[in-house]
Amino acid sequence: MNYVGIDIGSTASKVVARGVKDIQFVLPTGWSSKETTQTIKEKLKEEGIDVLSDDTKVVATGYGRIAVDFADYVITEITCHARGGREMAGNDCAIIDVGGQDTKVILVEHGMVQDFLMNDKCSAGTGKFLEIMANRLGVTLQELFDMAAAGTVIPISSLCTVFAESEVINYIGEGRKREDIAAGVVDSVAAKVAQLSQRKSLPNKVILTGGLSHSQYFTQILSEKIGQTVEPTEHGRYAGALGAALLAKEKSR
Amino acid sequence: MADYRKMWEDLGMDVEMHDQLCAVLPQAFGDVYLSQENRPEGMDYYNMVVADIHGIRPAELIEHQKKGGKVFGTFCVYVPDEIVFAADAIATGLCGGSQFWVPGGEKVLPKNTCPLIKASVGARLDRTCPFFRIADMYVGETTCDGKKKAWEILGEDVPVHVMDLPQMKRAKDIKAWAEEIAEFKNVVEEFTGNSVTAEKLAESIKLINGKRKALERLYETRKNDTLPISGCDALLISQIAFYDDPGRFTQMTNALCDELEQRIKDGVSVVPAGTKRIMLTGTPLAIPNWKLHNIVETSGGAVVCEEMCTGTRYFENLVDETKTTVEEQITALAERYMNINCACFTPNEGRIDDILRLAKEYKVDGIIDVNLKFCNLYDTEGYLVERALKEAGIPVLGIETDYTDSDAQQLRTRVSAFIEMLNN
Repeated sequence: MNYVGIDIGSTASKVVARGVKDIQFVLPTGWSSKETTQTIKEKLKEEGIDVLSDDTKVVATGYGRIAVDFADYVITEITCHARGGREMAGNDCAIIDVGGQDTKVILVEHGMVQDFLMNDKCSAGTGKFLEIMANRLGVTLQELFDMAAAGTVIPISSLCTVFAESEVINYIGEGRKREDIAAGVVDSVAAKVAQLSQRKSLPNKVILTGGLSHSQYFTQILSEKIGQTVEPTEHGRYAGALGAALLAKEKSR
Repeated sequence: MADYRKMWEDLGMDVEMHDQLCAVLPQAFGDVYLSQENRPEGMDYYNMVVADIHGIRPAELIEHQKKGGKVFGTFCVYVPDEIVFAADAIATGLCGGSQFWVPGGEKVLPKNTCPLIKASVGARLDRTCPFFRIADMYVGETTCDGKKKAWEILGEDVPVHVMDLPQMKRAKDIKAWAEEIAEFKNVVEEFTGNSVTAEKLAESIKLINGKRKALERLYETRKNDTLPISGCDALLISQIAFYDDPGRFTQMTNALCDELEQRIKDGVSVVPAGTKRIMLTGTPLAIPNWKLHNIVETSGGAVVCEEMCTGTRYFENLVDETKTTVEEQITALAERYMNINCACFTPNEGRIDDILRLAKEYKVDGIIDVNLKFCNLYDTEGYLVERALKEAGIPVLGIETDYTDSDAQQLRTRVSAFIEMLNN
């Protein structure tokens, strides 16, 4: 049997398979979740996994989960992230997921979701914010982090991404150092994520998942803001897809 | 559907703009309501009322006016309908539950005003709500800052009487509310030319209590494990209660309850056994705001109770019917109305007690605390509500939303995740 988890995020689509094959891969979601879903289906076939076969169980999650027409089950990203995060951090933990479109804080107790929070419609405190600011500064995300590490924070106070972008443009106009602006951008995202997290009382074990989860720099800033250690995770971007694959197995029992 | 264009034109409505609303409402109603399976037959009446919500009832109100009667438009569950009906006048709810009216309100109100107020003011200023056009007088109250200032704008071309609702619940506040009701009685008497006698008031107290009892009976059926009616349908009935003729509404709702009680005996449920039972608490859901109920009930949950103005706050507690003088009756009214627990009071522990009690009575698995965007009072109280629920071991999901559909997918994710959490 193969158990496949497909997490169609707003920016990236993640796939994890467990069973006969143990594989994982990521691809950009692009403009069409449907097309991405087809590409995933073909890629899995190349790896010897036929999603339409009775020997394969598929769980779809993420904002584009409905587009996965061959899924056996559709489960929200909260439940899937909790399952994947539990695999990475144990049965009692908090998972902070900074995604491309939203940020979630999930509390897991005895292996079950006990509570969760999501940011509001606005993109402040999400990966989208960093992406827009990196574009504005003409660098990649990785370069943004590298620059930020070398800079001194200049405050970006706007809550709204659009206004924050104007603030950044003003700083550029004033001839401020790119490193300092980058540090301000990262600091602002971390502050918003921390603000959301602090609405709940967090357990000792807190991990970061999502596209930024491997960044030592980001987790360090986030830990400082929250006042407790947030651990980076090497494969944290796969947390949702991994959880989906594990749930595919558990649901088919 | 009968043609009401002439009536709307005579009311001075912007008929062309109103047509846009008429064009989208049947689709919205069909998507949310007619797609439900196994609905009670008694819902046909409410379907009809909604289908012609700007036609049938407004026509009746106009008939009443032709015979010399007055119509009072009200916004809030604290305004005592009994006084109005005792003077042979009619009280009716006003429009305020659709995004359609919000841009009109935003022309004059600050952006960070709640959608309910924006929609009401927009419906009035854009001339797209027949109830606003028909009402001879609007009755406001001081339940929040946004409304207090809105009355000043609404009052520019229609008389407005504002009732000063106390903000605390001490003995002297209840006395003050009785005085406000007595003053309202004088205003109504003068405006209608009819006097509110003890006999008339006793009659109208019975009439409105009858409506409350019918709604209570309806909600009672929802406490059952066999759920005979969906949350969407129950919400619709609560919403229509604000507009319909009270006597007819009571009769139709009791008839529906006969059917629902039979369903319980026969084990007919609208959802599969084990469906998670959800209670909504918080700000009102004015017609046609069906957004959250629809999301919950298409994400594997069932709404079994609303601790809202469009819900238990509207019908719980009856007015004492044994009083025989107008003065005593007014005291009885004040006592009943001051028993409603709205977040505009401080402190407001009674509301938390209500929520905990209702959670038990309706056997709820989880609570969604709903806040209409920019309602500061309920939003702030949400902190205490969620803490009390947590202490009581009842899972709660806090949601803030408005009338737009832009957050529907996000809300669906949250609500689905909440129900998945309850199912685990």
